[in-house]
Amino acid sequence: MNLDVLAILAQTALLLVLAPLLSGLIKNGKAKLQNRRGPLIWQPYFDLFKLLRKDMVISEHASWIFSLTPYVVLLTALSAGLLVPMVTAAAPMSLFGGVLALVGLIALGRFFLALAGLDAGSAFGGMGSSREMTIAAIAEPAMMLAIFTVAITAGSTNLSRIVLASQGPASRFLDPSHALAFIAMFIVLLAETGRIPVDNPATHLELTMIHEAMLLEYSGRYLALIEWGASVKQLVLMVLLVNVFFPFGLATEPSPVALGLGLAFLVVKLLALAGAVVLVETTNAKLRLFRVPDLLSAAFTLATLALVSTFLFQ
Amino acid sequence: MSIDPAALLVGSLAGYLVGAVVGLLVMRRDRWASACSFGAAAISASFGMLAGLTSLSRAAGTPAPRFELLPSLIPYIKLTVRLDALSGFFLLIVGLLGFALSTYSLGYAKGFFGRKNVGVLGAFFNALLLATTLVVVADNVWMFLIGWEVMALTAYCLVSFEHERPEVRDAGVLYFVMSHIDAGCIILGFLLLFQASGDFSFASLHDIGATMSPHRRDAAFVLFLLGFGIKAGIVPFHIWLPAAHPVAPSNVSALMSGVLIKTGIYGLTRVCFEFLGTPPLWWGVTVLTVGTISAVLGVLYALMEHDLKRLLAYHSIENIGIILMGLGAALMFLHTGHPALATLALVAGLFHTINHATFKGLLFLGAGAVLHATHTRNMEDMGGLAKRMPQTAFFFLVGAVAISALPPLNGFVSEWLTYQALLQGFGTTASLTRLIFPLSGAMLALTGALAAACFVKAFGITFLAQPRSEHAAAAEEVALSMRCGMAVLAAACVALGLFPTAFIRLLDPLTHQLTGVQLSPRVSFANGLVLASLAENTGTVSTPGIVMMLAGLLPIPFGLWLVFARNAKTRRAPTWACGQRELTPQMEYTATGFSKPIRMIFKALFRPRRDVQREYDYSPHFATKLRFESHVEEVFVQRLYRPLQIVLLRASRRIRVLQAGSIHAYLLYIFVTLLLLLLFAL
Repeated sequence: MNLDVLAILAQTALLLVLAPLLSGLIKNGKAKLQNRRGPLIWQPYFDLFKLLRKDMVISEHASWIFSLTPYVVLLTALSAGLLVPMVTAAAPMSLFGGVLALVGLIALGRFFLALAGLDAGSAFGGMGSSREMTIAAIAEPAMMLAIFTVAITAGSTNLSRIVLASQGPASRFLDPSHALAFIAMFIVLLAETGRIPVDNPATHLELTMIHEAMLLEYSGRYLALIEWGASVKQLVLMVLLVNVFFPFGLATEPSPVALGLGLAFLVVKLLALAGAVVLVETTNAKLRLFRVPDLLSAAFTLATLALVSTFLFQ
Repeated sequence: MSIDPAALLVGSLAGYLVGAVVGLLVMRRDRWASACSFGAAAISASFGMLAGLTSLSRAAGTPAPRFELLPSLIPYIKLTVRLDALSGFFLLIVGLLGFALSTYSLGYAKGFFGRKNVGVLGAFFNALLLATTLVVVADNVWMFLIGWEVMALTAYCLVSFEHERPEVRDAGVLYFVMSHIDAGCIILGFLLLFQASGDFSFASLHDIGATMSPHRRDAAFVLFLLGFGIKAGIVPFHIWLPAAHPVAPSNVSALMSGVLIKTGIYGLTRVCFEFLGTPPLWWGVTVLTVGTISAVLGVLYALMEHDLKRLLAYHSIENIGIILMGLGAALMFLHTGHPALATLALVAGLFHTINHATFKGLLFLGAGAVLHATHTRNMEDMGGLAKRMPQTAFFFLVGAVAISALPPLNGFVSEWLTYQALLQGFGTTASLTRLIFPLSGAMLALTGALAAACFVKAFGITFLAQPRSEHAAAAEEVALSMRCGMAVLAAACVALGLFPTAFIRLLDPLTHQLTGVQLSPRVSFANGLVLASLAENTGTVSTPGIVMMLAGLLPIPFGLWLVFARNAKTRRAPTWACGQRELTPQMEYTATGFSKPIRMIFKALFRPRRDVQREYDYSPHFATKLRFESHVEEVFVQRLYRPLQIVLLRASRRIRVLQAGSIHAYLLYIFVTLLLLLLFAL
């Protein structure tokens, strides 16, 4: 029991600490690839602590939804993170929900964020909400189908079970279905975290922004909570991707060596995935909004192929 | 149980009858008529709810109470009712909704005082509840059909309640026609069953499909699917729903969306799982496909609406689709011989049935409250209501979160069960048909995400930001009884969401009756805290656990505030208006604008058309007058029903020649018909 509580606390802390670092790494890596010096990888922490201390301005047109949303965004991202195996193969809260609950929790956060975007009454917020919900809607089937492929092979929607199943002797690594599902999920990851071919996290250019447009009226502590929540969500999705598709090195016993090894593996895998994201962001241009469905239907097709190949190549 | 469900049922039926009669008697005095009829309805509905609960909690194995309501004067027709678990479940839905809606109506009817005849409204409201109750407890075909027809007719009268407006009359007629087509299909279906059984009682129809020839059985299935499907509003027979639901008074819309269309689900469940025997594969595939298509198209059309009540009506089509996905999967599993999995899918469908009844009822009541306060159904004229009607906004938000299948509310739980059933369905067969499971699962995901988008729009445009019209600016919170009605349903959404295992335990007698499996021991773990799908290792979820988790993490933002932000100040200021003098409602995003990306992405379906007219003095960029019109094509109306209507009218014009007006010709027709019949008989 004590061990469980410890695991929950440790994973929560890890999520909170690692998330801004990952954002910083991606930002820095992008700058390096573009021959810029770029911000420090610690910069997101400085930003968060500065924002937390600042005064807030809240729109007088906004209702209580606006004040509730930052909490919902952070808390749903964190609880989604507790359902994912990070360092240990057993996620601390995996009994409370599997991958469907994870998707649901992230959707709950997005629902409130989109409402908050509309709440202040500015056109930008509404535009951001509208686009965010649209992209989420067309990304969802591809994501679910890719998840189903993994869940069907593992016989469970429970993430710990999925990880254990693909860790065992019946490892599906490099299996065509797994590879296709991975690519589909990677595209969905880019869409869900607002990365470049879909959205540009660096822009505040009015007409192209999606995620940033919803946060435009936020300031101070609330903005910090939302930014932190968004980076936790990004971390959770990336951990989901690396640990479901490359479940190497996850600790199966609570010994310090296994845990240390698990953490090291996690960091290496995340670095590799972050590298991939940086590469995609640097080598691609942002797509026009109405080209995004093409990208996501490509992901859907890949996921369908992945599903078909689960029983074609058995 | 010491309480006799039969007595409760009779009490409830009598109460509705009294409510209807008294409502008519005192209809001259609005206040009295409203209080008497809706008060009686509320009391009778709570009796009905109790009757449903007690007959659900009856110990397994004891026979269902079965009795004659009234001695019948006609020899064939026996007015018998039976309270088995399936009837009990639907009785619970009728009772719960009836109670909440009647409470709400006490306040809502005030809007009609002095304007319309409230007594008549109350009387028909009671009659509709009475007929619906009769439909779900009927024990023979006659009783069922009588209830069905009374239900259709009273609903027609309620839809046409504000018949001064031509759109209401049109909608009423459309509903009338569709409900008679469905009644016709159902009658034919029952006649096919009667041919095999020779008796009209439901007991004699039990498993009758096993004795029928496959062709007749299939024909009966198709007729029932058509009949009950039209009532439930499946695509492509859905067109009456978005026409009829919005024009009815809001309490009636909620009753129709929450209860009336569920009788289609009741009929389908009763017939497919009890009468028709082990289904062939294609039944399940058909129902699952129809469900998937209805779900996706329903939500896509809902997104295009900016009439709040039409939007909700389209969502009913979506949710009926989701229910049918569960039922269709269950039929497929019965075919492949997986009773436990079939039970899981069936429970997913039935759970979604009661969930949809609660949250859709709640949302229609919320829409009614908004309509009551702003006198408009057009979302583009609303806005800012969260500040003016905070409690209504909160209840509507609960409904919106529930219908968008977001944790931890009830919509999430039933869709989770549906996902699990579909996922496990993949392993039940080796044929290519198994691809249908994950694909419809993906479509369910699309539906859920689009529903979330739609309710961000519905809630955001209606309740948030600044009011877009004077009516919205002057809106006030609605009467206490209306808020109570909404609170009951909101509480039901939360309770069903947080205690799914307890509810599934309640359904055990029902599943035992239909599939022979009791589900709750196989899905309820950790003292009911955790919901699993048949086994603990195939997937678990715990909505109370999720709530505990969220609550447990709350110290983090609080701690951050304590450490960093205790001295920070909060200031309120207007939203930046890009340098304009002040922010006006015209700058806000509109409902039409919100759904534009979806409209463009699915333009092959919607075929959007827009018409912009500018008047300007020197440059088109500085228009002095702007007229903007945007249309979405209703594919089914334009491409299916219009041509059909034209063909029908043309055919009727031809046939009209027969009706020459001469009595000699008519006598001749009668004579010829008689002759033909005699020849046929020989």
